[in-house]
Amino acid sequence: MNRTLVRLLQAPSIIVLLMWMIVPLSMTIYFSLIRYNLLYPERTGFVGLSNYEFFVTDAAFPPAVWNTLILVGSVLCISVVLGLAIAILIDRPFLGRGIVRVMLISPFFIMPTVNALVWKNMMMNPIYGLFAVVAHAIGAEPIDWLTVYPLLSVIIIVSWQWTPFAILIFMTSLQSQDQEQKEAATLDGAGFWAQFWNLTLPHLARPIAIVLMIQMIFHLSIFAEIFVTTSGGPGTASTNIAYLIYAQALLQFDVGVASAGGVFAVILANIVAIFLIRAVGKNLMV
Amino acid sequence: MTDKQILEWKNRFAVIGAWLVAILFFFPIFWMVLTSFKTELQAIAIPPLLVFEPTLDNYTLIQERTDYTQYAWSSVVTSLGGTALAMLIAIPSAYAMAFSPTRRTKDILLWMLSTKMLPAVGVLLPIYLLSQKLGLLDTKIVLVVIYALINLPIIMMILFNYFREIPKEILEASRMDGTSTWNEITQIVMPLAWGGIASTALLSVVLCWNEAFWAINLTSSEAGTLAALVASFSSPEGLFWSKLSAVATLACAPIVAFGWLCQKQLVQGLTFGAVK
Repeated sequence: MNRTLVRLLQAPSIIVLLMWMIVPLSMTIYFSLIRYNLLYPERTGFVGLSNYEFFVTDAAFPPAVWNTLILVGSVLCISVVLGLAIAILIDRPFLGRGIVRVMLISPFFIMPTVNALVWKNMMMNPIYGLFAVVAHAIGAEPIDWLTVYPLLSVIIIVSWQWTPFAILIFMTSLQSQDQEQKEAATLDGAGFWAQFWNLTLPHLARPIAIVLMIQMIFHLSIFAEIFVTTSGGPGTASTNIAYLIYAQALLQFDVGVASAGGVFAVILANIVAIFLIRAVGKNLMV
Repeated sequence: MTDKQILEWKNRFAVIGAWLVAILFFFPIFWMVLTSFKTELQAIAIPPLLVFEPTLDNYTLIQERTDYTQYAWSSVVTSLGGTALAMLIAIPSAYAMAFSPTRRTKDILLWMLSTKMLPAVGVLLPIYLLSQKLGLLDTKIVLVVIYALINLPIIMMILFNYFREIPKEILEASRMDGTSTWNEITQIVMPLAWGGIASTALLSVVLCWNEAFWAINLTSSEAGTLAALVASFSSPEGLFWSKLSAVATLACAPIVAFGWLCQKQLVQGLTFGAVK
């Protein structure tokens, strides 16, 4: 292939993604610098950075940043640790292994909106939910999960969906582990933990990096789970940055401030992306 | 007990543990499907009912009231359309990058992936206003285009990895024989990369099907997908659990079944073809 053809073939994907990035982003930046509230169309004009000031000094801002970090961090920890444990647990031949596997990975294919609604109503409802029923049965006081522990509830819901993703990938890569090496280690008297640290974990280093990277991409902008369950509340207890911007734009109709928030979110995502891509990016390519 | 016996017992416990964990993970789904066959009163009965006389009323009601088929059709069209459009753009590009890489190829791919990290809310308003201007609000076209764009980076990454694994010698040999680029793609590369292309497309369909953010914000009754339909059940219908369950079951069943059938290919796609 000659150079021109190569360029020509590459061009479409690069151009559409550049446009997808630049057009809306420049509009967002423009909106963020003007006064633009759908409720007061007569108020217009350039306002400089005051939209940013408003967004960043909003009382909801620090908790939103904090919640975003806690949410991403805890879901990553839970899904990787639990995913590893379960993948190792089912990495042996036994009766009904195929069914167990199908059951374990199913939550990953469930729509986030369905997932959130099922947990909100049928699991966590303080009166009729199964958690409340179980609490009653063992004589404890039922907890209104979404009100008392809103962020924890969202973490549980998201983890339930994404741990299967980690299981699916660890399970697959465990199958390519050298069994003879493991048997040799067992014969040499290496215990479970010795084998885990020295054989299994190094073997899984790359899959773990990939799981972290992909999950981070999806978790930084978690929206549906919060939208459907807590609506970011009570107060700002479960508001992340994505939801805070949404609330500014579509609940308070302040396009200017919401756009400032959007620019902020893009910057935050880029910082994370740079670190992440530096750390594990090269792992992603053969 | 001998060592062997201890090992056997350990194994037995592991198997029991595996089953317990699987049941725990699957339980919410099982419960949702079960609830969809209950009446509303049975759905909130305390203690919860495991045995009851199943009814199909919820499913017929959903069909009458919400026009499930229309939403399902939107989901099918946007998932397949978005995937097809993205593949159309991605296959030639990934092909060129994999077989004639330059120093910057990997950086370009990582840049593409980084666009995936931009939170959708950051660009929601411009996209909303643009589609309003173009008269595309609440159409399937706007979702097809957006789904193609948001999945393109992942698709590029996976296809790149698959194409890279095709031995270069085969291509060089065919070039010596004077095969044209077109024939090279259709007769040599495509058959070899077929599995990879299929995995990629499958993953993209799953991601599109479950996408909720853009569907909720850009569509309503005309082009709403199943994900948006389910979200519309979030608050006002608080205690209509069995109807909610029926909608949710209908919305998820196709893609879950699809996921079960294509597990292997999906793992390949999900890890960008980088885990074997």
